[in-house]
Amino acid sequence: MSAYTGTGQLLRLAWRRDRLLIPVTVATLTALSVGSAQATMALYPTDQAAVEGLGGILSNPAVSAMYGPVVVNRGGLSVFKTVMLGAVFLGILTHALVRRHTRVEEEEGRFELIGAGVVGRRAPLTAAVVLALLTSIVTAALSVAGLAALGLAPAGSVAFGVTWLIAGVVMTGVAALAAQLTTSARAASGLGLGTLGAIFLVRAVGDTQANAGVLSWISPLGWVGQVRPYGANRLWVLALALALLAGCLGVAFALLQRRDLGSGLLPARPGRATAAASLRSPLALAWRVDRATILGWSVTYAVLAVVVGNLVKSIADMADQPQVAEMLRKLGGTAGLLTDIYFATELRFCAAGGAAAGIVLAVRLATEERVGRTEPLLAAAVSRPRLYVARLLLALALPTLLMTVVGLVAGLVAAAADVAGPSPLELTLAAWATLPAVWLLIGVGFAAYGLGQRWTAPVGWAALTVALVLGEFGPLLELPGWLVGLSPLDHLSQLPGGSFAAGPAIAMTVLAAVLAAGGAAAFRSRDIG
Amino acid sequence: MAAVIETRGLVKRFGSVTALDGLDLSVEEGEVHGFLGPNGAGKSTTIRILLGLLRSDSGTARVLGKDPWADSTEIHRHLAYVPGDVTLWPNLTGGEVIDLLGRLRGGLDPTRRADLIERFELDPTKKGRSYSKGNRQKVALVAALSGDVPLLILDEPTAGLDPLMERVFQDELRARRAQGLTVLLSSHILSEVERAAERVSIVRAGRIVDSGTLADLRHLTRTQVAATVAEPLAPQRLRELPGVHDVAVDGDRVTFSVDTGHIGAAIAVLDRAGLTTLTSTPPSLEDLFLAHYDEAAAGR
Repeated sequence: MSAYTGTGQLLRLAWRRDRLLIPVTVATLTALSVGSAQATMALYPTDQAAVEGLGGILSNPAVSAMYGPVVVNRGGLSVFKTVMLGAVFLGILTHALVRRHTRVEEEEGRFELIGAGVVGRRAPLTAAVVLALLTSIVTAALSVAGLAALGLAPAGSVAFGVTWLIAGVVMTGVAALAAQLTTSARAASGLGLGTLGAIFLVRAVGDTQANAGVLSWISPLGWVGQVRPYGANRLWVLALALALLAGCLGVAFALLQRRDLGSGLLPARPGRATAAASLRSPLALAWRVDRATILGWSVTYAVLAVVVGNLVKSIADMADQPQVAEMLRKLGGTAGLLTDIYFATELRFCAAGGAAAGIVLAVRLATEERVGRTEPLLAAAVSRPRLYVARLLLALALPTLLMTVVGLVAGLVAAAADVAGPSPLELTLAAWATLPAVWLLIGVGFAAYGLGQRWTAPVGWAALTVALVLGEFGPLLELPGWLVGLSPLDHLSQLPGGSFAAGPAIAMTVLAAVLAAGGAAAFRSRDIG
Repeated sequence: MAAVIETRGLVKRFGSVTALDGLDLSVEEGEVHGFLGPNGAGKSTTIRILLGLLRSDSGTARVLGKDPWADSTEIHRHLAYVPGDVTLWPNLTGGEVIDLLGRLRGGLDPTRRADLIERFELDPTKKGRSYSKGNRQKVALVAALSGDVPLLILDEPTAGLDPLMERVFQDELRARRAQGLTVLLSSHILSEVERAAERVSIVRAGRIVDSGTLADLRHLTRTQVAATVAEPLAPQRLRELPGVHDVAVDGDRVTFSVDTGHIGAAIAVLDRAGLTTLTSTPPSLEDLFLAHYDEAAAGR
């Protein structure tokens, strides 16, 4: 029996479990790349029209920070939004696939069942890696075919596929390594997604600061931008990603060879023999269980805020170029100052991230119930509303904290840079103004939990994804207004700089409250488990 | 005596599967009540309805005189529960879980907690993810037994324990029963129930098929008797007695089975034939249990 015996069987098992998740995500990503390219091309029928219409963004650091470097021709502009965002989405997907079929399986004890059968030691990890790589390849290939069918240059379309493939390949390796380094699925997820966030930030700095270009080559997400589809078409950059994958897998398999089932690199340390006096309520338990996650998000957002605040210098340098301001106004902004538009855009993405943090906590609650940890709490003298409200409060408080950190820290850093722009207070208020949309999305997650724990993750993540895709790509795809209006992110005031629209904010807050209360009522009257 | 747990005609369906089909269960104050049945018979479903975790489709349930669905929190202050499959928070230690669950119920006795941890040989400093199944079970048992509550609901509490620890559990159960505690002990381990329980309810396919004290249940079944006698004994003399079955005489060895109420007359016959040795084996719970299931299988 070789170390790989059973890989094929396990691959089929993994596919059986993910036969809905993978096709739906792959189709969504393909529709995103091809659909937005089609819309851009319809809007700008020639190269010249595209460059005149969109080329002004070429030198805008705010755009580069978000989307990476832009290739200024019709092909490059038709995919400039999807290259980086799609790469990040695909990276999250491959990371989730690898983690799901390795560390999660091990933690929940199913590996033991499989490991006792005729299955080689390396087979589970190999099967997970193959599944993630196949998913990446199919996603990239479908986009290449779709873009080429639109009439875009085949070489450039292949280069576009390579950008996504790089992200999928890199995050497959990162997730494989993280699953071996850590002892829990949660820690693996923190390490993997934390790495994704870090390489995104490094890339953002590298792509925007004139003297920091080397950072774009250090970050694997920087490589994505360096392929330059429909420009230089540097397909060879994929080799860097494959080398990194090989390195990660080499280390991962070496660790796998050395460690016991269920363990990681670091041995589990003993903890306290009695509980702290404060551990006496569902809220205290939620905090005790999730504090590492909350701390992780907070640190991430503080770093993010420093980067966002720092970039404002580059934005201010551009304020003199009128065609740039004109261009951004056409892209959706109505506020006057470039820095305001910049901050408003960044805050929207931060808000989406904050909603993700809240949904993570809602999904945690669902997982607790699924694995049987809710039962002993409810069998003690804890009422269902008390349990639900404790977790809801924490899930609403976390993004509130995160947006406060972003507004305050970015504001202070920007103020220190001494450029014209919003004050720390204005920026904090602007960050808070996004919260109704964030709470609404979290409310959807909790309403789903109220109906049944198994609905929480699919409904919560689908709500966030739909909100992001509609908000970000809806106008570009020329979707009808009512459809784009379904995204809570579409109803945010243009802040800082614009005026605060109280109506939508109140409406969204009320709707969030209704959803949360409905979830609580449903939770009260349903079976547990 | 007052019934601590009382259900009438409980019905619970999961989709097209009927888990409980008119279940009547009665547990009286101060007794250890064995709740017996094979996997999938409806034991855990019943318990989860008694805890207010599931809602029955029809029928009534009362726990400590209250409705477990409507007054669950109030009831839970007075009971402790050990689930059959204990899962712990991976990053909380066993000690933390014991304290947390105790406090959420309304407090625990620190002396008793320390004593139980010692007797169960539990290391409370380990994290939840590194405990074995048996040790997770011990954490839940210590948490449940450290409290000062009048009712314990235990769902296969010793499934992962080794025989030594099972004995510790049995000792503890006896001590608590002496203090007047009421216990609902669900199990499919017959010897465990036989040692601990006064009354037993046997559940099959979502219904109670038999319920009563062990003596009651035994009364309805047969005792195996094997004896040696000094003088030759005609089998007919035993066979003509009421309640005697399966008589076999082989030289001086006599074996038969007898309905428990008729054993006296049979022994008198043996005595007249010069009884020299006698072993009588009362029916084990296992016999009772299998009898019910064989009957059900035959009737199907």
